Amino acid sequence: MNKKTESADFSGRLWKLFASVKLTVVLLLSLAVTSILGTIIPQNESADAYLNEYGEFLYKILSAFDIFDMYHSWWFQFLLLILTINVVVCSINRFSASWKIIFVKKPFFDVSKFRNLADKEEFTDSRSPEDLKSIYVPIVSRSFGYRRIEETGNGFCIFAEKGRWTRIGVYAVHLSVILLLVGGLIGSIFGFAGFVNIPEGETVNDISLNNIGKTQRLNFKIRCDNFNVKFYDSGAPSEYRSKLTILEQGKSVLTRDIIVNAPLRYKGINIFQASYGELPPREITLNFKNRVTGMSHKKKVPLEEKFNLPGDMGQFVIEGYRNSYNFGGHNLGKTFMGILTPNNGSPVHVILPVRFPFFDGMRKGDLIISVEDYDHRYSTGLQVTRDPGVLVVYSGFVIMILGCFITFFMSHQRLCVEISKSGNKSRIMVAGAANKNKLGMQNRIKKIAKSMGK
Amino acid sequence: MNSSNLLSIVTFIYGMAAFLYIVSWIFKKQLPGRIATWIAIIAVVGNTGGIALRWIESYRLGIGHAPLSNMYESLVFFAWTIGVIYLVIEQTYKNRTIGAFATPLAFMAIAYASLSPNINNQIQPLIPALKSNWLIAHVITCFIGYAAFAIAFGVSIIYLFKQQKTGGKQSKTGWFVHSPDAGILDELTHQMVTLGFLFLTIGIITGAVWANSAWGSYWSWDPKETWSLITWFVYATLLHARMMRGWEGKRIAYLSIIGFMAVIFTYFGVNLLPGLHSYGSG
Repeated sequence: MNKKTESADFSGRLWKLFASVKLTVVLLLSLAVTSILGTIIPQNESADAYLNEYGEFLYKILSAFDIFDMYHSWWFQFLLLILTINVVVCSINRFSASWKIIFVKKPFFDVSKFRNLADKEEFTDSRSPEDLKSIYVPIVSRSFGYRRIEETGNGFCIFAEKGRWTRIGVYAVHLSVILLLVGGLIGSIFGFAGFVNIPEGETVNDISLNNIGKTQRLNFKIRCDNFNVKFYDSGAPSEYRSKLTILEQGKSVLTRDIIVNAPLRYKGINIFQASYGELPPREITLNFKNRVTGMSHKKKVPLEEKFNLPGDMGQFVIEGYRNSYNFGGHNLGKTFMGILTPNNGSPVHVILPVRFPFFDGMRKGDLIISVEDYDHRYSTGLQVTRDPGVLVVYSGFVIMILGCFITFFMSHQRLCVEISKSGNKSRIMVAGAANKNKLGMQNRIKKIAKSMGK
Repeated sequence: MNSSNLLSIVTFIYGMAAFLYIVSWIFKKQLPGRIATWIAIIAVVGNTGGIALRWIESYRLGIGHAPLSNMYESLVFFAWTIGVIYLVIEQTYKNRTIGAFATPLAFMAIAYASLSPNINNQIQPLIPALKSNWLIAHVITCFIGYAAFAIAFGVSIIYLFKQQKTGGKQSKTGWFVHSPDAGILDELTHQMVTLGFLFLTIGIITGAVWANSAWGSYWSWDPKETWSLITWFVYATLLHARMMRGWEGKRIAYLSIIGFMAVIFTYFGVNLLPGLHSYGSG
């Protein structure tokens, strides 16, 4: 054997391998089984978390196989690539045969093949074949798009068919799978996904990309004018809303509110409401209650600015703010910290939890200080993405749904009604075949025969 | 009466229908079967009423939304789809044996919703992520798919028992003598799988489009997404094996059972794993 035929033999074998549905079944099941791993082992967490969970030995083995980011691992992508080749080769292999059936000018009918079908209907009628022809042709026409009448030796045949084009359905599904994979690939090469936190009133130009810790500069700036969170009575969140302004060369070009499920799309970049954070307040309204007189006094003060207490009781300053404060194992929630300096004494640390206005009473001081209100300042957390593959993926979605519907619920149906003279009567045979849903076709044949007067 | 009470009553009606279908099947009696059909119809009507009432109640509470937003509501809808698809099949095939295997699934779904202490039957307002028109399309299509797979599962089990008892030949006695012929069961499994596959496909796609409008990514390999894809792979395998390699009978029945296990895990099991779909758990 010389080299040429050897390589031809090899490529032939390769083609045969990729054209096999056995390979498809093996690949689909392998994808199904391996995908389970990534749902049991949390993906894309820190190395420390994994070391803690699995120990060093198991960690090394698992990370060697990219199990911690398995859906983007070389072997998972390899399985997807093989599946793509498999789908393409299978489709090409079978398409030439389907093409000949679908795009034929004059479909070929062989009456003897219909005669050999098991589920055919046969009956006789006292009218002549010519009379029956004028009755039967409209009946057939009602549900079959293509119709042809051929004379036979002692009568004639009505051939009809419909849904020839539905044979394309399965190729549409395969095409859609390829579109999904190609769209995903375009997205991962030319797109990005990142995150940015913008405090109210501030403007950003860069976002940090997910997973890789790099930043991406946008060719416009985003300003957060305002963020608002609404809650139901139950305390569950009802709405997160950010008012965003897009700035180009320092000029604002667009202002829009975004909420979850209603992102802002600008120049191919999508901006999603993803999270929010609370910023330290700048102003706080305090309430001072005199323990002796019971008199209350309210005062609005800026943070980190010393001021005189009412009634010449010394000086006070709010030093800091924390979103949570641990006190003897309990979380007090949002808490301000201050320092009280009495006129004749040493400074005292004061803890002011927002939720517990009587907390400062435990200090047993002359004044009970509590937080009345403070300015709520937020930062909005935005997911910022660019994915030029989405259009390809979405067209894949549409084609997949249509293709599945055509493939499963429509078929290429062929019908043959043979009428032959037998004495002064007519013998009629109704037979048909379909490439799918054979049971449905049998019922259809029965119905047609019935309407013809069987 | 509020919707939860009505649906609790519906649970017992489903239970009664399931019981009578089973009695009719085991004792090979026509009458309990005929009664079972009527009771099943009443159960589905009551189920419909319960869903409608719950929808109205949510508007009265001022948090109006389609009752498809949590585990309780999805289970109630799951029972409804199983009930409706089963009744259509009963009418089409004029056979009640399948009822002994399909209605218990509807009963179990709604009973789990009504009776399990882990499932909250309160009407809750929608959290921001769920406020989307895709919610309705996504949940309805997914559950039509799940229900079709559930019935395929029931039919596959009948098929396997029937083939085991008769050794592949038609017999005049045995548990499944009144069930449809093995060939019809096999075809019915296939039909239900194709119906389920179409709707699972639409369900995954609507979910992907929704995720893209809510989170900015149409696919993020979260466990629920991944498990729905695993389910899709299993049924895609079944369809290719059948349509291209001519598999039928037992092998298809086994694949249909494995597929339904994947459905169940997608539905319940995934809540044990962390992920974006966590609101589907309570």
